[in-house]
Amino acid sequence: MENVVPFKIQLLSIIGSLLFMFFIFRLIVKGKLREEYSIVWIACTLLLLVFAIWRNGLDIVAKMLGIYYAPALIFLAAIFAIIIFLVHLSVTNSRLQKQIKDLTQEHALMKLELEKKKLES
Amino acid sequence: MERTGINKKLLIVIPCYNEQGNIGKVLNALSQLSIPGVEITALPVNDCSKDNTLEEIRSHTHLYVNLPVNLGIGGAVQSGYKYAKKNGYDMALQFDGDGQHPVEYIHELIKPLLEDKANVVIGSRFLAKEGFQSSYLRRSGINYFRRVIRMLLGITISDSTSGFRAIDKKTIDVVCNYYPDTYPEPEAIILYHMNSLVIKEIPVVMKARESGTSSIGTFSSIYYMMKVSLGILFIYIRLKANGKRRTI
Repeated sequence: MENVVPFKIQLLSIIGSLLFMFFIFRLIVKGKLREEYSIVWIACTLLLLVFAIWRNGLDIVAKMLGIYYAPALIFLAAIFAIIIFLVHLSVTNSRLQKQIKDLTQEHALMKLELEKKKLES
Repeated sequence: MERTGINKKLLIVIPCYNEQGNIGKVLNALSQLSIPGVEITALPVNDCSKDNTLEEIRSHTHLYVNLPVNLGIGGAVQSGYKYAKKNGYDMALQFDGDGQHPVEYIHELIKPLLEDKANVVIGSRFLAKEGFQSSYLRRSGINYFRRVIRMLLGITISDSTSGFRAIDKKTIDVVCNYYPDTYPEPEAIILYHMNSLVIKEIPVVMKARESGTSSIGTFSSIYYMMKVSLGILFIYIRLKANGKRRTI
């Protein structure tokens, strides 16, 4: 069991997770990513980091869930997370579209009011 | 003018997208219109046209809405309705900028509103079966919507895609709150009925458009059917759920 995850790849995944986390933090600091969206990404990176350090973790969790081939768990979890996040983005997008519509209408109607005031004076 | 003692304000909302060849004629025709006891205002809404629609509108009137972002016909019409609500209009009427809607029927269309017999009046091409009857494909689509609406609401609307419609003050409040963005006409019927507004259809004779193209091309007709079907179904479920919650 000790040789399931070789040391090299373990080091690589720890470095990768940390780099990803650093990248997310930098985006937040620069103001390019809002905190509410970053929570999901920080949680994801932490999860990656946990499994990178805890070498047998994946096997143990997979066995607990009755998954024969442990790496399949990674794909399952990743795809599930991606789908959830995409739905979340669609919801956000729909809300933005509604807000843009309301703003556009408000803006156009205010311009009309202004024009009317100008004509009156 | 104090003939009846009531002077009602009517706003004619004219959504236009790339209608430079039609909008001038439409505005001219509307400026000739007069209905006793009704104060008429025409309000063209330019939905971010790519041609000279805006210049054409400007040369005719100072009162217009110019949307900085394309919103689709529903969003454009709703802008007009919002203006009507803000400025205390009693009635609003949608009149398409392509010149298909007949000016002579406007009086007929608002009559049931003036007599308090309906909240929404729709001009239908198919009640009289005269004039422009639309293409075969479009007609079969309309037949399908008629069946769906009858199944859901138990009422028959012969021309659910007609944009030639007049609404009263109560309905203006409803549509300011929510109105579908794209292809709003069939969905709006569900919205009206579920808000217990009375819908009435009157026969009108429409013309084929003189210039420009329809907002619905052949390629997008499948998308149109799907979008509108989903829209109808979901607005029905949503309002049904809301109605139940209210009664509890």
